[in-house]
Amino acid sequence: MSSAALETKETVAGLGEKYKYGFITDIEMERAPKGLNEDTVRYISAKKGEPDWMLEWRLAAFRRWLSMKEPSWARVHYPAIDYQNAYYYAAPKNTPLKQSLDEVDPKLLETYKKLGIPLHEQMALAGVAVDAVFDSVSVATTFKEKLNEAGVIFCPISEAIRDYPDLVKKYLGSVVPVTDNFFATLNSAVFSDGTFVYVPKGVRCPMELSTYFRINASETGQFERTIIVADEGSYVSYLEGCTAPKRDENQLHAAVVELVALDNAEIKYSTVQNWYPGDENGLGGIYNFVTKRGDCRGVRSKISWTQVETGSAITWKYPSCILRGDESVGEFYSIAIANNYQQADTGTKMIHLGKNTRSRIISKGISAGKAQNTYRGLVSVYGKAENARNFTQCDSLLIGGECGAHTVPYIESRNPSARIEHEATTSKIAEDQLFYCLQRGIGQEEAVALIVNGFCKEVLQQLPMEFAVEAQKLVGISLEGSVG
Amino acid sequence: MLDIKNLHVAVGGKDILKGLNLKVDAGQVHAIMGPNGSGKSTLSYVLAGRAGYEITQGSISYNGEDLAALPPEERAAKGVFLAMQYPVEIPGVTTMMFLKSALNAQRRSRGESEMDAIGILKTVRKKAAALNVSEDMLKRALNVGFSGGEKKRLEILQMALFEPRLAILDETDSGLDIDALRLVAEGVNGLRAPERAMLVITHYQRLLDYIVPDRIHVLANGRIVAEGGKELALELEAKGYEQIVRDAA
Repeated sequence: MSSAALETKETVAGLGEKYKYGFITDIEMERAPKGLNEDTVRYISAKKGEPDWMLEWRLAAFRRWLSMKEPSWARVHYPAIDYQNAYYYAAPKNTPLKQSLDEVDPKLLETYKKLGIPLHEQMALAGVAVDAVFDSVSVATTFKEKLNEAGVIFCPISEAIRDYPDLVKKYLGSVVPVTDNFFATLNSAVFSDGTFVYVPKGVRCPMELSTYFRINASETGQFERTIIVADEGSYVSYLEGCTAPKRDENQLHAAVVELVALDNAEIKYSTVQNWYPGDENGLGGIYNFVTKRGDCRGVRSKISWTQVETGSAITWKYPSCILRGDESVGEFYSIAIANNYQQADTGTKMIHLGKNTRSRIISKGISAGKAQNTYRGLVSVYGKAENARNFTQCDSLLIGGECGAHTVPYIESRNPSARIEHEATTSKIAEDQLFYCLQRGIGQEEAVALIVNGFCKEVLQQLPMEFAVEAQKLVGISLEGSVG
Repeated sequence: MLDIKNLHVAVGGKDILKGLNLKVDAGQVHAIMGPNGSGKSTLSYVLAGRAGYEITQGSISYNGEDLAALPPEERAAKGVFLAMQYPVEIPGVTTMMFLKSALNAQRRSRGESEMDAIGILKTVRKKAAALNVSEDMLKRALNVGFSGGEKKRLEILQMALFEPRLAILDETDSGLDIDALRLVAEGVNGLRAPERAMLVITHYQRLLDYIVPDRIHVLANGRIVAEGGKELALELEAKGYEQIVRDAA
């Protein structure tokens, strides 16, 4: 292990639980040359052994991106990102195409172990299939066989491009178009991995699907692309967890997630995002600019987003639902915690196109330290969306006097039959609540965690069991040192 | 057990307690009576260790230990319990969850093993039934939407669960009708024990019909101005605080 890596490990050990995923794995990496130009795009495509149509798609995106401007409307502030001073592809050397876990670099497995991902037999007990994305290449995909039996495709997107080109062509960019926004277009040009899920007609996916993303190499952006398609009458629940090592420089993460639910299908997408948030003084941390969108394409389809956002220096993320099918349902449950100098600008868009469509938004924002936390949401009812209904509840909790909470709801209705409700509250952790807990023997940190978990309960309840426990702990850890 | 000497306490720079002396032995129930603004609640908060209550002079000895040196959660673990006049609501945290967190935090602090969820549930249910605390209340968020009587019954349930050495009841009778008062008083009387001391703070004599104290102290202007047996309560009721305070001066 290099001395730098060793030092980092020791520093992290000293920090204890503060950011326990801050270790670095010392593995030789293969990288694209620094910077971003057509050659970078070609390099990535070639490394992935992609067909020409995919390369052309990427190049078109890249050319488009050159003419676009970085958006500036969000309530986040950061120094200009130098897109030429970053790596766009990094992969562990000599690891692709392993036949079994035994062939995987033990250091890599060690990393997964630290992350708490049960890659071996424990997985059977946990009933979770993990497609682990380590920087840009998927190194181990498990439980494939069981899923194959059910006809479910769950694989790295690079594999899907090779093995299921028709499905990929049909859905890639169909929810988030190449031209959608600056970061999504960048992702379209340089995405290096991600996950592809297809659940066939009438199939209830036999297990929760899970991908663990982790950024390891320094100065590397991670651009994963995820597509989930639920065919008619199917159901799938997908969990996504994110961590990244501690580093002083900021790293860019610009992912795109596209969900498609056909007639009577349901997709449940849960995220626990714990990217490195930077230190107490705001140094380092991940810039998380993510485009997530679901298309309820079929009648009576349903897409439900649940997110617990505790990490990243900057979060810019609006998981949305296009309620195209009649009677389709969109849900957004969010917990966003910003501590120290973190900035979060997150929310959702519910676009009601079909008749009798319904949406529900529950957002819980928690600000502590000097953090700024913004809920930004759009509820839009189009002219043909008879009887559309929306319920929005935005609650903000402030801890200490130097942080900020902002709520920016946009409501557009072009149909008089629409019913849109919006409730919003802002509160502080009251001194009497803390005192009550202390008097009953509960220490300060635990009391804050307890009160905040109570505040977030409606959202935590939406998470699958095995994630809910982790998320509850994370809520406590994220707010350590925020009081007194 | 509790020995308060010449206690001066300021809140926001204003002197509230001005030389209070009080001694309570194990096994005894003492009542503190006094008019509004006499410093009754300040006394209860300073014993529990609430932030903002500054001891400017004097000492509080609890089982020989300097109580003021301990943070509030350690006082709780060492057996100091305050039944509050206005129990606080914590949305989203079920009563059961709160009781479990509190009990195990106290046990951890004392170096005892934590109790598992089932063990706690059994213990709580048994004690809850005696106080007419319904299963439904245990499942609801702590004190959220509880009636005045329900909140006070829950305070007494916590007292029964934590088995404190020193229990302070701050105006537990306020806002209770006669039936609720009787129920709460029965709960308190059931917890009288040779190893436990209780400090019952009240404005009215009424509560003391049900919880008969060994000793009554009258608090006025931040000092104990009169002391006596349980008959003092009746005298207070007849004469009013003003007369007693004037007599004492």
